[in-house]
Amino acid sequence: MSENTQLEIEEQNFLEEDICVKENLVFDRTQALTDVEMHYCPGCGHGVAHRIIMEVVDEMGIQDKTIGVAPVGCSVFAYNYMNIDMQEAAHGRASAVATGIKRVLPDKFVFSYQGDGDLAAIGTGETVHTVNRGENILIVFINNAVYGMTSGQMAPTTLEGMVTTTSPYGRDPKIMGYPLKIADLIAPLPGAYYVTRQAVNNAGNVRKAKKAIQKSFEYQKLNKGLCFVEIVSNCPSNWKMTPVESNKFVEEKLFPFYPLGDIKVPKEIK
Amino acid sequence: MPEVRLMKGNEALAEAAIRAGCDAYFGYPITPQSEVLEYLSREVPKKSNMVVLQAESEIASINMIYGAAGAGKRAMTTSSSPGISLMQEGLSYIASAELPCLVVNVNRGGPGLGTIQPAQGDYFQATKGGGHGDYKLIVLAPSSVQEMADHVRLGFEFADKYRNPVMILSDGAIGQMMEKVELFDQLPRDMVKKPWATTGKAKNRERNIITSLHIDPYDMEKINLRLQEKYKQIMENEVRYQSFQIDDVEYLLVAYGLSARICQKVVEIGREKGIKLGLIRPITLFPFPWNIIRSVSERVKGILDVELNSGQMVEDVRLAVEGRAQVKFYGRMGGVIPSPEEIFENFEKEFLKGEAL
Repeated sequence: MSENTQLEIEEQNFLEEDICVKENLVFDRTQALTDVEMHYCPGCGHGVAHRIIMEVVDEMGIQDKTIGVAPVGCSVFAYNYMNIDMQEAAHGRASAVATGIKRVLPDKFVFSYQGDGDLAAIGTGETVHTVNRGENILIVFINNAVYGMTSGQMAPTTLEGMVTTTSPYGRDPKIMGYPLKIADLIAPLPGAYYVTRQAVNNAGNVRKAKKAIQKSFEYQKLNKGLCFVEIVSNCPSNWKMTPVESNKFVEEKLFPFYPLGDIKVPKEIK
Repeated sequence: MPEVRLMKGNEALAEAAIRAGCDAYFGYPITPQSEVLEYLSREVPKKSNMVVLQAESEIASINMIYGAAGAGKRAMTTSSSPGISLMQEGLSYIASAELPCLVVNVNRGGPGLGTIQPAQGDYFQATKGGGHGDYKLIVLAPSSVQEMADHVRLGFEFADKYRNPVMILSDGAIGQMMEKVELFDQLPRDMVKKPWATTGKAKNRERNIITSLHIDPYDMEKINLRLQEKYKQIMENEVRYQSFQIDDVEYLLVAYGLSARICQKVVEIGREKGIKLGLIRPITLFPFPWNIIRSVSERVKGILDVELNSGQMVEDVRLAVEGRAQVKFYGRMGGVIPSPEEIFENFEKEFLKGEAL
């Protein structure tokens, strides 16, 4: 930096209190998010996913009526960021915990927020039966095809040939089984009211994902049954990619196998 | 006048759950306790909006309990030994998150799939942890159909008082037998205020978080120390036991649950033969009645611990006695129930060695 530039900056004297004045503010912090730094890695989709859920909670004015369930996985600390009452479930059991809450507090909005290992491996039984009972809750499913918190092992959703620390030569379905499309698996169950697959890799997709979350809470208000929003996401750290590369991988590799869009929509609205 | 009925132990327990103001029951069928789920499924819709749900597994049941208890409601599940094993993970989380709830184990013979006959092989699992980490359940051991009912009410009271999971450790005989039971009157729901529960973050309070995760080891140690302090309080305040003929006792029997019923008869047999037998029946297995057993041990010639297992509670008896008296054990396993005569014979063999009386 040259001396001249430094001088210019000093002359302009940008102070935070001068910039952050009412007439300059066009955007507020989401009230239903706490004012802390998230622990998520740079470029990770969790932050955006948290945010759109909490924006919907804000916009619907249901912060005092919403109870979330955090899983075991990277989003185990979701309750540090979501400014609502929350319960932290054992690995895989979030939808059973959410069932317990919703059954005794049927007038509240209840959602679980789960990763692929949590929801589609260790918690498959709870997931299938919670959906099949048509519990009037929302399950948000973050699918990034890898175990993030434990640093990059193969997930049930890991693609064929994809390299992880426990599939170091690529996932071989003959030995390790096939990637599981759990949203497609549960969609035909009569208890599933709305099943959709979304993403948060670009602004357009973020808007669509938020819309899906909003619809799900609206359906819950109308006691329609189980809503399931899968969010195909990324994991730059464990994929050993930059955030930009990871988003490219999401588009080029994950979307072809996990295509975005509604999988089951309510009959009366079709 | 309290209502008196002839009921199976499992049914008395189920009726007591309704009357104790239980808000939610989650269960899964397993012999010999399926009558609880059946009774509640049949009776609750007639008179209450209590939640009764058959879960897909015991793992789901215990986690539904976690959710409902965390939401501030009185929640309960029942199972038998193999199902209780499946719940151990959940119990560890519930104990750590300090959620009040009631879990009933109608103990059957094991290990493994075992048998459906009564046994007491789950004493260690119930009283020494069972799941991972340092935690304790408050453990109640009914020995009659009456106590199957009364311990539900007491169990919920303990659970709410200490924010701790409570286990009723029963067995297949107490669960299946029919006896006269005096049922307590219906209690109101939502008697206990639970400001910590996740009921939706009201504007005037901070958010409530139910969790057992404390990633900083010093935080986790603090939680552990708080739990241990609570267990100490429980040990000081909540010990319950019943004694039979211990004033002049020379040989003491120690037994709980079904074994204690049989041992009452053993005391009679001994007394008829002029041997001053007495019995201490722990009602709370945790907290264990160390003090009474210790003080009686100072004035007896010997102690016989009787259980339907290979000798589990006997370790706690020996810890209480600390060598003051000789402690022997007699037990049957795998669902076999010894007769009073068989126990008396073994008492004679251990302590009288065929000596003339």
